[in-house]
Amino acid sequence: MEGMSSDTLGARRVADLRLDFPAFRDAGEHAPAYLDSAATSQRPARVLDAEREYLEHHLAPVHRGASAAVGRSTTLFEDARATVARFVGAGERELVWAENATDALNIVALGMADASAGLGGAEASRFALRPGDELVVIEAEHHANLIPWQRLAARTGAVLRPVRVDARGLWGPAELAAVLSPRTRVVAFAEVSNVTGFLAPVAELVALVRERSPEALVVLDACQSVPHRPSDLAASGVDFAAFSGHKMLGPNGIGGLYGRAELLDALPPARTGGSTITRVTLEHAEFLPAPHRFEAGTQPVSQVVALAEAARYLDELGMAEVARHESALAARMAEAVAALPGVRLIGPPPGEERAGLVSVVVDDVHAHDVGQYLDEAGVVVRVGHHCAQPLHRALGVTATTRASAHVYTTEDEVDRFVDALGGVRRFFGVAGAGEQTGVVA
Amino acid sequence: MSGLEGLYQQIILDHSKARHGDGPLEHAVAEHHEYNPTCGDELTMRIRLDDAGERIEQLAWQGDGCSISMASASALVDLMAGRTLEEAGERIDAFRAMLRSQGAGEPDEELLEDAIAFHGVSKYVMRVKCAMLSWVALEACLTEARAARA
Repeated sequence: MEGMSSDTLGARRVADLRLDFPAFRDAGEHAPAYLDSAATSQRPARVLDAEREYLEHHLAPVHRGASAAVGRSTTLFEDARATVARFVGAGERELVWAENATDALNIVALGMADASAGLGGAEASRFALRPGDELVVIEAEHHANLIPWQRLAARTGAVLRPVRVDARGLWGPAELAAVLSPRTRVVAFAEVSNVTGFLAPVAELVALVRERSPEALVVLDACQSVPHRPSDLAASGVDFAAFSGHKMLGPNGIGGLYGRAELLDALPPARTGGSTITRVTLEHAEFLPAPHRFEAGTQPVSQVVALAEAARYLDELGMAEVARHESALAARMAEAVAALPGVRLIGPPPGEERAGLVSVVVDDVHAHDVGQYLDEAGVVVRVGHHCAQPLHRALGVTATTRASAHVYTTEDEVDRFVDALGGVRRFFGVAGAGEQTGVVA
Repeated sequence: MSGLEGLYQQIILDHSKARHGDGPLEHAVAEHHEYNPTCGDELTMRIRLDDAGERIEQLAWQGDGCSISMASASALVDLMAGRTLEEAGERIDAFRAMLRSQGAGEPDEELLEDAIAFHGVSKYVMRVKCAMLSWVALEACLTEARAARA
């Protein structure tokens, strides 16, 4: 790492790599700095081309009928699964297509609700919850990995056990240990927080859960980690994991659910319909093994094919290099914004490891005003509660301002963010006397 | 940054700090809470009418939000105190029309007075709700007051 600039990524200069992306290639010199990739990422031309190529030349149903066209389409569909499964460290049968990470998490929670209602037979009983069983959620969590568990608790009589965060929005093994019990049945957390940039020590947390709560399933929200860091989901020891295509340079409307094979084969499919079944009578249906038991109805094949192209693109860059690049940018931002007067950095302090994003509170200026000012200064960030209201409540704020990086983010862009942020308090007339403020070019 | 200064005119920045009408109100005849889930801004509007039940004798609000939403509530209080319910309704309609204009047209200064400063907000689609927050809350209060009067 020593001596490596964050303006290179592996063998490539970031400035060259940006030309792969039409959004940057065509934007010209004075393009805004796009620092909202944690919400949605830009896509390389070859990902868009892959989708179009499939639609123009290979479009046909998958897994039904007998034509050669169906055979080709099905091969592309399943090859794409193999590619993405390899990319995240899953077996092919361990990757279910979902609409996005939110959908993937719902597949697990709703499947457990079905099991609790007696569906899925004896093999699904391992997922059945009884009143008083405990679901562990994190106060910092994205609503997508919170609300499905709230609903599951409401359906089954299970109770939520929240892990609290500290004043920086952080938590760890000690806080988790405090709420684990033999009645814990689910532990749901994000590998990377979408607000704080905190990197959960997954292996340590999984080991803790196995020791204290042998009946608990570990459900990982990986949608901020899979696009940015090397993933080996099978080796991580988690039971389920969820990720989204549109955050990993791929299309909207496609994401993945990883599950250990024996779990996926036993989890009842909450959404049912064509393609998921073996034998159907008027009264009864039997379901295929995973992954197809969860993929009801016509699948988004062109998105699947394009997602595989995004995975290949990232794989060629090298995920370790991607992580190094983005962490270097985040460290640069964290250090710089922490030094700004009247700006509070959320998450790990400067010098501690964080994923490629920073969120801040600007004293006496609402995040929406901060975002408006930055937008005008040519810096695109996300403002709001980032779908993590409990975390913001714990931090004592309604909203924060988040800048997030991806493979194509440059040092110049994050420096422009920091410079513009330094001018916010003066513009809104809240800078103290003698307060040094940044200058917006 | 001329665009930004069109949005955050000095009168808006001043109102966001002055916060006219910020506080509780005793003997309110109507009260309404508005919440914007995208940014977490929230505001409770309260109004008291004169003895005849025709005019807004006093209005006040409590809330927390961005400078646009707070300034808009402050300007609203200046504009609406002493108005009849009908006059208030007419001004809410005019304000809404101005914010839906996407920067087009000339706002009615006679009707809206200082609140025409928010015309610039209409070019920022994501901020229109901020400016409307207190006005929507007052509109609901008026509806409640009319129902009580009927």
